Amino acid sequence: MALDTAIAGKTYDPVTFDVDADRIRQYAEAVHEDNPVHHDAEAARAAGFRAIAAPPMFAVVYSAPAMGPPIFEAIGDALPRMVHGGQEFVWGEPVCAGDTISTETTVKEIYEKDGKGFYVFESVSKNQDGAEVVRGTWTNIVRGV
Amino acid sequence: MKQGDAVPEMKVTPDAGLTKRYAAASGDPNPIHTDEEFARNVGLPGCILHGLYSMAQVARANTAAAGGDPRRLKRLSVQFRGMGFPEQEITVSGTVKEERGGSLVVDTVAEQNGNAIIRNAEAELAV
Repeated sequence: MALDTAIAGKTYDPVTFDVDADRIRQYAEAVHEDNPVHHDAEAARAAGFRAIAAPPMFAVVYSAPAMGPPIFEAIGDALPRMVHGGQEFVWGEPVCAGDTISTETTVKEIYEKDGKGFYVFESVSKNQDGAEVVRGTWTNIVRGV
Repeated sequence: MKQGDAVPEMKVTPDAGLTKRYAAASGDPNPIHTDEEFARNVGLPGCILHGLYSMAQVARANTAAAGGDPRRLKRLSVQFRGMGFPEQEITVSGTVKEERGGSLVVDTVAEQNGNAIIRNAEAELAV
């Protein structure tokens, strides 16, 4: 069965996420990030952050809501056969409590290799000042295409 | 650190409740990570770790290697392979591959019982 690549190149409307300190602390605790800059506002400011700083991988929290629509549209009924194959993040401006992050996603590439479908999505997240905070490349693999 | 140097190894053992805490913290509701019965019904040996949790351990090890400031982690690229499990020790290890324009590129791997759960991980650290 040939892969449907018609939506490659499609860009989706940005989805926003309000970052609050409790969500950062909860995430930092779950991934064992014990640097005080992720837990304590004073420590964060002393280290030069505007407020409690998100650990780099908190990128998955604020960009995930924007990933749903392109993944559902591109992969659809094959979702149960999908696995997360690879991930890249390139970080820019740090994300802090109080930020509003806006994430725009694009279906970057769809191709077939060794009987598997590769779906590559790009997310670009910016803060309320328009500064890029992260650029993500998400590779999802569907078996048996 | 310079080319060829090993970065400090990091070990962590996620406890039995970790996947539920990570699911809540990350917003990933997939029951293969949190519901033993569901996981077995889809052919898994039990609940598996979230790949992005394991990636976060690779990020943490690299941030520590760069001195602990999260702003020094500029880029991280990983491939997910195999499955990670709660209550088994994860070891993250790495080697400086090259220096590139004021950054160190570190090749990293995360293993559990000798199986790579994250491989071909490449981190770029500002130093």
